[in-house]
Amino acid sequence: MNTHDLARALAADGGRPRSLRGGLVRAWLAGLVGAAALFALLLAPRPDLASAVAKPAFWLKLLIVGATAATAATALASVARPLPQRSLLSLLVAPLLLALGLLLQFASIPAFAGGADPVFRGLMCTCFIPLLSAPVAVCLLIAMRRGAPAHPGLAGAVAGLAAGGLGATLYAFACPADSPAFIATWYSLAIGIVTIACYAIGRRALRW
Amino acid sequence: MDAPNPEWIWTMLLEQSLEGDTAAYHTLLTALTPALRRTLRSRSQQAGLDVEDVVQEVLLALHLKRSTWVRGTPVARWVAAIARNKLVDAWRRRGRHTEVSIDSVADSLREDGDDHEEKSRDLERGLAALTARQRAVLTTVSLEGYTSVEAAAKLDMSEIAVRVTLHRALKSLASLFQRGGA
Repeated sequence: MNTHDLARALAADGGRPRSLRGGLVRAWLAGLVGAAALFALLLAPRPDLASAVAKPAFWLKLLIVGATAATAATALASVARPLPQRSLLSLLVAPLLLALGLLLQFASIPAFAGGADPVFRGLMCTCFIPLLSAPVAVCLLIAMRRGAPAHPGLAGAVAGLAAGGLGATLYAFACPADSPAFIATWYSLAIGIVTIACYAIGRRALRW
Repeated sequence: MDAPNPEWIWTMLLEQSLEGDTAAYHTLLTALTPALRRTLRSRSQQAGLDVEDVVQEVLLALHLKRSTWVRGTPVARWVAAIARNKLVDAWRRRGRHTEVSIDSVADSLREDGDDHEEKSRDLERGLAALTARQRAVLTTVSLEGYTSVEAAAKLDMSEIAVRVTLHRALKSLASLFQRGGA
């Protein structure tokens, strides 16, 4: 079979391809369902949720992890292509919000004061966030295999950041610690673990 | 009237292909093949690679990854990015390293030039690794030029089965290339 024949076989397999973005959206939703199921199975909303929603520190925490998930998820369709179309600058939004939170806390603004959060609570974060993120990461990495990322490791890492951000967003409803310093330590560690793991997987599994 | 810019034609054909127009798709692949061969020839030969192998590997990748093209962006740069990835990969399999910029590949794709028809290179080893059914479907639609409907009748399969088998066969060929097997 020569090149000419191969072209004919490829044309016969032509047809309308499934959209990359559509696959990523479906993977995101499937992962979210999986993460929510794990949450329902293993965790419960924090007992003080009703009073927490009145506190700015809770909302800032939600905003930081939500922005991590949202900015990474919207960058996915770009890093999954051989010619990325947009820059990754939007990924800086979450770290900047976190920096703002730390600033408020260090300036001793009462609403952002850190309580004495036990290390145990931090370790819970480091266990549960990767666990909740796992179904999201698996679904996203599978969907990314349909792409052709210019940098497979980077594509994996962005998928991991999106998954870690979503896992952390769910976990934020179970975790009673809202102080920016706590988030900077334990949430960053947990999301970092997911990101690094997905970077390592992506480097191999997303090559094409 | 000036001859239309090849990239404009490629864009039009690729848009039609992604809408499911297989005739336009065949025209596009046929138009890209000599451009790829010209672009990849010296870059392949430097590593002792058969240019036709690299061209076929790039065509397979273009096909399987065609949903990664973004409408309204230059086709030549997208093709170049995929060709560059496959070229670097092929060099790496030979234990060598090469620096090629996407832009330099895109520039040579856009250049006009004569196509020296290479000797046809067999995919025999790749074909041998497929299942008997995959091989039957692949040769019926390629060598014998049947449409998938005709191939379905000839091989006594449903049209869906022919399409699925063909798609799997092409994916297997692509991964065989990737492992340096074909």
